[in-house]
Amino acid sequence: MPVAAVKYLPLLLLALAWEAVVRLGLISREVLPSLFDVLKAGWGLAREGELWQNGWASLYRGAAGLALAVVLGGVLGIAMAWWRTVNVFVAPLVEALYPLPKSALIPVTVLWLGFGDGSKILLIFLGCMIPVTVAAYNGARSSEQHLIWSARSLGAGRLRVLWDVVVPSALPELLNGIRTALALTFVLLVSSELIVARAGLGYLIGFLGDQGVYDAMFAVVLFVAFMGFFADRLCLLLTHRVLAWRE
Amino acid sequence: MSMTSGDAPFKLQIDVRDVSHTYRPARGHTVLALESVSLQIAPREFVALLGPSGCGKSTLLYLVGGFLPVETGAIEIEGAPVGAPGPDRGIVFQHFALFPWKTVRANVRYGLEKMGLARPEQERRAQGYIDLVGLKGFEESYPSQLSGGMKQRAALARTLAVEPKILLMDEPFGALDAQTRSLMQTELLAIWQKTQKTVIFVTHDVQEAVLLAQRVVVMSARPGRVKAVVPVGLDRADPHLVRTAAFGAKVDEIWSLVREEELKVR
Repeated sequence: MPVAAVKYLPLLLLALAWEAVVRLGLISREVLPSLFDVLKAGWGLAREGELWQNGWASLYRGAAGLALAVVLGGVLGIAMAWWRTVNVFVAPLVEALYPLPKSALIPVTVLWLGFGDGSKILLIFLGCMIPVTVAAYNGARSSEQHLIWSARSLGAGRLRVLWDVVVPSALPELLNGIRTALALTFVLLVSSELIVARAGLGYLIGFLGDQGVYDAMFAVVLFVAFMGFFADRLCLLLTHRVLAWRE
Repeated sequence: MSMTSGDAPFKLQIDVRDVSHTYRPARGHTVLALESVSLQIAPREFVALLGPSGCGKSTLLYLVGGFLPVETGAIEIEGAPVGAPGPDRGIVFQHFALFPWKTVRANVRYGLEKMGLARPEQERRAQGYIDLVGLKGFEESYPSQLSGGMKQRAALARTLAVEPKILLMDEPFGALDAQTRSLMQTELLAIWQKTQKTVIFVTHDVQEAVLLAQRVVVMSARPGRVKAVVPVGLDRADPHLVRTAAFGAKVDEIWSLVREEELKVR
């Protein structure tokens, strides 16, 4: 993969620069541990199982919250586009919730569901549902009238048209919305775990920071960054697969 | 099914009586698109609706298709009031309206699935119509991979596959280049002669209307009315038809009718 290697060359240069500025003493190790130390600490966390244990907790919360948001948001957005009455009832709610900073819900979800998985899943669900709903709604509304009419004249009933035409028409926008929601999932996940949790990568970052184990803390931050990167790549790959007909 | 009046020389396939239609956009003025339009079409007739843009010719087509509600007047298909869209009235749009996420084969099979045909029968019939429109070898292509002409062939195959008695065509060749359009016109005539369907063909191209239709309905603009119905009566078997004096005279005759309307619109 020479192309990929060239593409990610800047990342490699950044890593080398990181190592260099610390080794040359340009930045204190108190502020920025050397990359080598960070990787070593990360290896330690991985061997002791702490990384996986907390990683699984986070992955579970993120996946559950996002999956709920995608399913319910997708259904709601498409329903809003298809049935006027649904739109009349739901649109004002969506509009009101849209600008709300979702992190403000952290204390609320903790109050309702406590310190465990439930509050994180609810938070991610609530936070991600709005962008998914809006994307599904916009996508469904962009369905071409002539496609709908074609399906009708070929013998599809109204509900059938919803599934055969409106849903696939909504897919490109919906997948875009899911990608946005995926990024938001990581934001909400880590910040909620940092504030109130007894497990999870965000919790681990906060815990290690409090203990002053900065190289290990940086290792977890890097790990979260890589998880986010891979999740995004996976989402893109899925999008290309699903929308193969567009090329 | 039988007509109430005894004076009609043929059984009517499509009977449009005194139909008006008003568009009421959410914002802006209401537009009277059609006013008191009446039109009778016999089985297997090929009728062109001709007129400047804004004359309501597409609106009339959509009303016959059941895509828009008939609010004033009446439209009957074989004696029964026009109902929801269905496979008895196939439609072909200017911009093809193929399902972009389906291959050519899946597009053509779509209506056959809805008819509840067995899978092998679906495949057989789809292939037959794909071959008929000359798309053999492109069955697995997606619409985005096809040229405009091929897309319209695919759309035509999809519509023909459900074997509608009535074919509604909404400027079907308007988005094609001149050469492709000419080729498609010839092929449509051949298909029409082979399959014997009633065709309503919307166009603003006078030559096209004269070349294809048995009768040309010239419409006036704003509001859309039937200005004149011109029988064509040319020998379509003649391969050099477009170069004959009779063809030229018919085009001129209809052109003068249309030009009055074009001038009025400006």
